[in-house]
Amino acid sequence: MMNDHLLSLVLFTPLAGLLVLLFIPSRQKELIKVWANVASFAGFLISLPLVSRFDKGVSGPQFIERANWIPSLGAQYLIGIDGISLLLIMLTTVIGFVAILSSWNAIQDRLKEYYCMFLLLQVGMLGVFMSMDFFLFYVFWELVLVPMYFIIGVWGGPRKLYAAIKFFLYTLAGSVLMLLGILTLYFQYASQFGRYTFEISELMKPTLPLGLQEWVFWAFFLGFAIKVPMFPFHTWLPDAHVEAPTAGSVVLASVLLKMGTYGFIRFSLPLLPKASMDHTIVQVLAVLSIIGIVYGALVSLMQKDWKKLVAYSSVSHLGFCTLGIFAMNPNGLAGSVLQQINHGISTGMLFLIIGVVYERRHTRDIAEYGGLAHVMPKYAVIFAIAMLSSAGLPLLNGFVGEFTILQGAFEANRAWAAFAVTGVVFGAAYLLWLYQRTMLGQITNGKNLHVPDLSLREIVVFLPLIAWAIWIGVYPKPYFDILEKPVQQIVERVRPEYYQGAMAHRRLTEPRPLGSGPQAGGQ
Amino acid sequence: MNQFYTSTDHFVLVPAVMLALFGCAILLFDFVVFPDPRQRKYLLFFLILGEGFAGFGLWNQQTNLATNGPLQAFHDALIMDGFSIFFNWIFIAATVIVAIVSYKYLEIEGEHHAEYYSLMMFAQCGMFFLAAGTDLVTLFIGLELMALSFYVMVGFLRTSKRSNEAAMKYLLLGAFSSGFLAYGFSVMYGVSGSTKLADVATAITARGPFDPLVLLALATTSVGLLFKISAVPFHMWAPDAYEGAPTTVTAYLSVASKAASIAFLLRIFLGPFASARDAWEPILSFVAVATMTVGNLAAINQSNIKRLLAYSSISHAGYMLLGLIAGNETGIKGIAVYVMVYTFMNLGAFLVLVALRRKGIIGEDLDDIAGLMHKSPGYALLMLIFLLSLAGIPPTAGFLGKYYIFLSLIETRHYTLAVIATLYVAVAIYYYFRIVRSMFVRDLTEPAPLSTSLGLRVALAVTGILTLGIGIYPEPFLRLAGTSLLH
Repeated sequence: MMNDHLLSLVLFTPLAGLLVLLFIPSRQKELIKVWANVASFAGFLISLPLVSRFDKGVSGPQFIERANWIPSLGAQYLIGIDGISLLLIMLTTVIGFVAILSSWNAIQDRLKEYYCMFLLLQVGMLGVFMSMDFFLFYVFWELVLVPMYFIIGVWGGPRKLYAAIKFFLYTLAGSVLMLLGILTLYFQYASQFGRYTFEISELMKPTLPLGLQEWVFWAFFLGFAIKVPMFPFHTWLPDAHVEAPTAGSVVLASVLLKMGTYGFIRFSLPLLPKASMDHTIVQVLAVLSIIGIVYGALVSLMQKDWKKLVAYSSVSHLGFCTLGIFAMNPNGLAGSVLQQINHGISTGMLFLIIGVVYERRHTRDIAEYGGLAHVMPKYAVIFAIAMLSSAGLPLLNGFVGEFTILQGAFEANRAWAAFAVTGVVFGAAYLLWLYQRTMLGQITNGKNLHVPDLSLREIVVFLPLIAWAIWIGVYPKPYFDILEKPVQQIVERVRPEYYQGAMAHRRLTEPRPLGSGPQAGGQ
Repeated sequence: MNQFYTSTDHFVLVPAVMLALFGCAILLFDFVVFPDPRQRKYLLFFLILGEGFAGFGLWNQQTNLATNGPLQAFHDALIMDGFSIFFNWIFIAATVIVAIVSYKYLEIEGEHHAEYYSLMMFAQCGMFFLAAGTDLVTLFIGLELMALSFYVMVGFLRTSKRSNEAAMKYLLLGAFSSGFLAYGFSVMYGVSGSTKLADVATAITARGPFDPLVLLALATTSVGLLFKISAVPFHMWAPDAYEGAPTTVTAYLSVASKAASIAFLLRIFLGPFASARDAWEPILSFVAVATMTVGNLAAINQSNIKRLLAYSSISHAGYMLLGLIAGNETGIKGIAVYVMVYTFMNLGAFLVLVALRRKGIIGEDLDDIAGLMHKSPGYALLMLIFLLSLAGIPPTAGFLGKYYIFLSLIETRHYTLAVIATLYVAVAIYYYFRIVRSMFVRDLTEPAPLSTSLGLRVALAVTGILTLGIGIYPEPFLRLAGTSLLH
């Protein structure tokens, strides 16, 4: 495979767009908007060759680029992607474009700063999903916080400052503790191998005592669980979502939260296999995930605020994702990654849906609406698709993900699956009820009589997401093909006996020796 | 051979000689060459020339060090090693940066006098001896030279009540702490019969860490040293002195004086007291945690930015102490890196405040900085970078300082301290972002343009580029800090 810096190109396209944007005078509002859209669309186009050139048959990372960065710390500029990262990167570039396009009318002041922040955010998120060096990863991980703080804090709703600083403090507290975990691993490697490195595949080599692994696991857990957010750490999410501008909510829900689940899959599991299989830890995480699923769904049922409802539904849906991860089998993991993409698509759409009516009516109170389908037929159709995809209707994306996760959970522990299924039921309930209250029936509130339907630009915003939702729902096989190798690699790493045991007949390729994976691909 | 003043002695002393000579020359030129007060800013050229000569001497020392290793001079009263050279580079950088922004500021305050530049150079001369001294008397004289210059500079605004009050507080408490320090030194001399640090170290090692006299020397010396770095519970002078002093002096005080005091502290704790680690490690751990706690928590409610940054600089002293508590190579290198990045980021933050001081506007409150983004986006963005760096968010320089400190704590298994130190990062971001919020979210209230000058713009550009540049490509700077390790 040719190594022509494609990944770096994808990573730095938004940054290049940002640098150009800096030189456009603030008065040229139209030009700023057009340029930001061009830059984000270019970011999407440039990421397309990743899909066509990606080799599903290779396990381990591809498109590897390596350069010495800080030799005295052992930190490198080392990026590469496998199937899991590929899907999340595509999600990021698509959502990045959609979010920027959706802001066309919603944002009226400080345009230049707004679009700069989004492009910077894009760089950070892409970097997180590409980094194969822990130091680099941490830099991108933290880089995301600042633009998101400003997006919420400057362009947000009435309680924006509270929400923004809460988001920042929560995630920062988690990530600095995660840093301690990273440094512990780094030090253990140095004391066993006599040199310092942050390379992920190298950090898998030292043998850590179980006790230390558990401590590091909890340090990582705090970093990632706050980001996801898992049950007791979720309180920043409703605030951030409700106060953020529409595009901010979209990016936050669709991509930013996935950094947490991605962290579990990419770092916690392969780096700390013993701790990840520890009975207590798995139980705790599964129980927290299930509480998240059920609690999030129940709280959603009670919400009067449309946006808060969708925010809590995220807690529920991400509970599925973490449950799938800690089912620790191929179905659970593959389902979890797919569900992350699905959640990105469907919740992204739901937030955009809210944005559309909020721009017209400036309220998110569900009681203010009702019967909108009469005046906004196109909108009603798109909302229906988004809602059904989120609720997990067969032939739409949500179904495939949830079903696969439940399969995995069932295989791991039947009780988990049983509890998680209730989440699906509640999920259907709060979404359908939301649809009924806002869209169906007669128009009772006079203000809703003359709400204009979707414009062409708004439809274009939704189209890629709808197409993607239907594609995954109808023909998910390519996704599972892409995910097969990386998922297999993780399961082999965490549960070496898995493929040799009862499931041997499902084995598709020879198990590979541990630790040889990351070097095999690429180049 | 003349044993009194050898060529080695001369070689080691050159930077200090240059600083002292040019400091005196500026006083003289003020009368003779530039009788017109408006010409006083040309005195800056003499300062820069002096710093240039000092830097040249330092450069020669550095190249000599690379080939021949450390040199001792004046019968072991001074040493030229990587440590002293590294810290002296920091002093030169800090002095030049502060000096070039001062002329405009002092003109606005109406107190532009030549003595200011002389005092800066004299203070820096004292710092030289603090970093290079290996003799109790030399160190004490260096400390007093630095401190006396600062007492005057803090009170430099003769007509301002705040400035006078700050100077008085600083002088009284500083003299008090110097007394403690001198007492500790006398005990050390009593223990060893010598003022050389090496002899004192031998004597203390022989007595063991829990010998009463050693403990007495340790306790009294620590009080003096901890006062100088403004560690809790000896920090009370800092917020008042920082707030009342002219902002340029605050910047200089918070950076150069702290760096010199840290160098001094390391010389003592890694020299004579190295063998008494068991006795001081718990005390310093307590002090470090208390310093971070008080610094961070007290900063939260400040509405005066100078005072807020004063408390933040107290908390930074706590982080630096943690490197000493870890005490391994990473920890000491961590302190060097921390001091280096702290110099640039903290100076930068104060420089923005300097620009806020305009005719008739004091410009120190959170309200004064409101909406800065609308008026001067460049300054606002630079301030954002400095504040992120102070908080330790990558990819800014401040992260690297914290990185080394955390790593050293992990390496030496001080896990509790590491967790406390990391969590205070999240506290710190809260108050730093009160400033950010004021700059970026609030509306503009004071339309008067910032007072800027060529020197200020250059200084801001340098500190800004270094703060971001060290964060993005730190390799050469880490190597430089690596040369400073004490062996």
